[in-house]
Amino acid sequence: MVEGREIFNLLWLVPAIPLFGALFNCLLGYRAGNLVVSIVGCGSIGLSFLLSLCIFRVFYGLPVEDRQIELCLFQWIVSGDFQAPLDLLLDPLSMVMITMVSGVSFLIHVYSVGYMANDKCFARYFFYLNLFVFFMLTLVLAGNFLVLYIGWEGVGLCSYLLISFWYERRSAAAAGLKAFVVTRFGDFFFALGIILIFLQFGSLHFCSVFANPGEVIGVSMATWIALLIFVGAVGKSAQVPLHTWLPDAMEAPTPVSALIHAATMVTAGVYLVARCYPIFELSPFSLQVVAIVGLLTAFISATVALVHTDIKKILAFSTISQLGHMFLALGVGAPGAAIFHLLTHAFAKALLFLGSGAVIHALNDEMDIRKMGGLRRYIPATFFTFTIGALAMSGVPGLAGFFSKDAILYATFVNGGPLMWALIVITASMTGFYTFRIIFVAFFGVKRWDVHLHAPGKAMILPLVLLALLAITGGYMGVPHVLGGSDRISEFLSPVFGNAEVHGSLGSSVEGVALAAEEGGVVEGEAAEGAPQGTETAEGIAGVWETGIQMSEKSLEMLLMLVSAVMALGGIGLAFYFYVYSGGRDVPTRLSEKFRVAYSIFTNGWYFDALYKAVFVDPYMKLSTFFLKAVDVAVIDNIVRGVAGSLLSAGNILPGLQLGVVRWYATVMVLGAIIIILYI
Amino acid sequence: MQAEVIQSLLVVGPSHFLVLGATLFSLGVLGFLVRNNIIVLLMCIELMINGAGITFIAFCRQMGSLEGQIFVLFVMVVAAVEIAVGLSIVVLVFKNRATLNADEMEVLKW
Repeated sequence: MVEGREIFNLLWLVPAIPLFGALFNCLLGYRAGNLVVSIVGCGSIGLSFLLSLCIFRVFYGLPVEDRQIELCLFQWIVSGDFQAPLDLLLDPLSMVMITMVSGVSFLIHVYSVGYMANDKCFARYFFYLNLFVFFMLTLVLAGNFLVLYIGWEGVGLCSYLLISFWYERRSAAAAGLKAFVVTRFGDFFFALGIILIFLQFGSLHFCSVFANPGEVIGVSMATWIALLIFVGAVGKSAQVPLHTWLPDAMEAPTPVSALIHAATMVTAGVYLVARCYPIFELSPFSLQVVAIVGLLTAFISATVALVHTDIKKILAFSTISQLGHMFLALGVGAPGAAIFHLLTHAFAKALLFLGSGAVIHALNDEMDIRKMGGLRRYIPATFFTFTIGALAMSGVPGLAGFFSKDAILYATFVNGGPLMWALIVITASMTGFYTFRIIFVAFFGVKRWDVHLHAPGKAMILPLVLLALLAITGGYMGVPHVLGGSDRISEFLSPVFGNAEVHGSLGSSVEGVALAAEEGGVVEGEAAEGAPQGTETAEGIAGVWETGIQMSEKSLEMLLMLVSAVMALGGIGLAFYFYVYSGGRDVPTRLSEKFRVAYSIFTNGWYFDALYKAVFVDPYMKLSTFFLKAVDVAVIDNIVRGVAGSLLSAGNILPGLQLGVVRWYATVMVLGAIIIILYI
Repeated sequence: MQAEVIQSLLVVGPSHFLVLGATLFSLGVLGFLVRNNIIVLLMCIELMINGAGITFIAFCRQMGSLEGQIFVLFVMVVAAVEIAVGLSIVVLVFKNRATLNADEMEVLKW
């Protein structure tokens, strides 16, 4: 293995190859033609993926304590005490991330070749996409905060460019701007956090900052730093209350939504918090904030996803909800579970987005699920892969999402308390409901569309199939011990997070179970009106309470797993009942009329956009209008006009001296000469 | 005393030349200001140039250097060129406007 270590010197190539691809597509892409652009675009990411796989093989062979490789490329900024070399850090966390990012990116690039084939800006698209991968890999490989910040801002830039890719569309341009401004808001706090870290630690280097943070800073300072960093993560990962940009970002081409706004960029916030976990651990308060924000986000956006009709927006809210799950996991002290969920979610959600892209492509850019229907028979390959993605997403046992979500649910129950657990379990069943709502409405039922169908080509089907395989198998890297697995992922990641993994503290949490069980039962009973599953799950929760006290940790884990599986299946069953089984009775419409208030809250996204419009946008516009009229037009313009006008009128007087008569000029000249001579 | 003054006036020295140059220059200026005819104006310019030339020569004679003479040679060349161009302009102006009155040529103004 010693000779294999040399491969780590090639680490810089992992982000550099996509950068070369981006430069090529930017400078020569328009002349080279679509074929060359797609070969360069996909090939550079593919090479990068292969390289990271090779590195992974060598890395996995290293003894655990050696699994931290630093590579300093060159000194970038040196100013007094301040040093910012461009260094990369490869540890289990970044190893997992680069493999996932380059792999998923590669599949999505291949898919894009089919999806964007007829776009006139093909080269520009691949330029942005390659550039994005470069920045994302820089972000996850960064060895200090400044390099991470380069990647952080870079992915934000690429996100903006790709959301506004079809810039002729006004809504796309506006959505890009919104995404940029909202995430910038978070980035500002993140930058403050970095400055604070430098002031406290005198260094931005990960290894020196995270070595022993407890010895340098106290709890309150750790809280400040953690919260500032967390605000940055909230902006980037679209958490409440900065989540409003992500649904709008669906204006981007669908592969972009899959890559940036589901699988990679939005998870940068999760990665950041996981990376800074030693600081968060110092401050229980900040972890609590992370957990609560994650939980609220997961719940709120899941409710919105229940009622939305735009296929991409449902998936967007689902993404927000799943990111909420990840933050919840971070908050309850299970960063390994968060990263695990990040991976499985990346596979499943990229698959769902690409599948929805195939549907949208097939139906000539139709995104309203009410105008689909019956697609199962027309695009079967898309239907099968989409269903696998949906199963994995909803946490059906055996697929990827189940294991990761279960790890989160378990950690929540143990460390977060039963109330949080109940809420997240309800959210989990909503996940099943809304993903299968798409399937039952769009793929089953009667045909409600009337266009010439474009069946997706090979370049689109192949990534779907591969992602479907990943979505099925991806979970098996983290099968928990209870089910006879070895939970390799959290074992692999454990050097990064130290001893942060879940340690059961059952006694304290059992107390609240009763309350949770009752609440869960009531809420679920309402939601699942008429559905037998609701009562079953309520009983399940009650069962946890009754037996929880005597149970050992293992059987508790099994039972929680069972409950979450039942809840997920319950959500799916409910969707089946609503949209297929009930047939003509139209349960959804009746329900929406009955719970009108809730329905309008959900459809309007809990009025976040309206609130921001009323609180920020409108006053800002009014202020701008005021300054336009009162300051710019009234004061500044008048000053400028006054200066210009006085010069102009002065200029109108002086030409009177220019008579055109030669002797007049001569006289003036002589007089001038005389005056000068006299003066001298 | 009286005789010395007369003597100094009679012996031609630098001051005589300076007075001559100044007189010529002033005549030129005066003529330029009071006359109308363009040709006369050109002649007045020649007067001024030559007045300046005489002053140059007077000073260089007194100081015993040659620079002034070189200047005068240049001035004469420039004057000759200038009068050639000037007279051809005058001819053209006369052809177009049938007058040589400088005050009537006042179109070049704002």
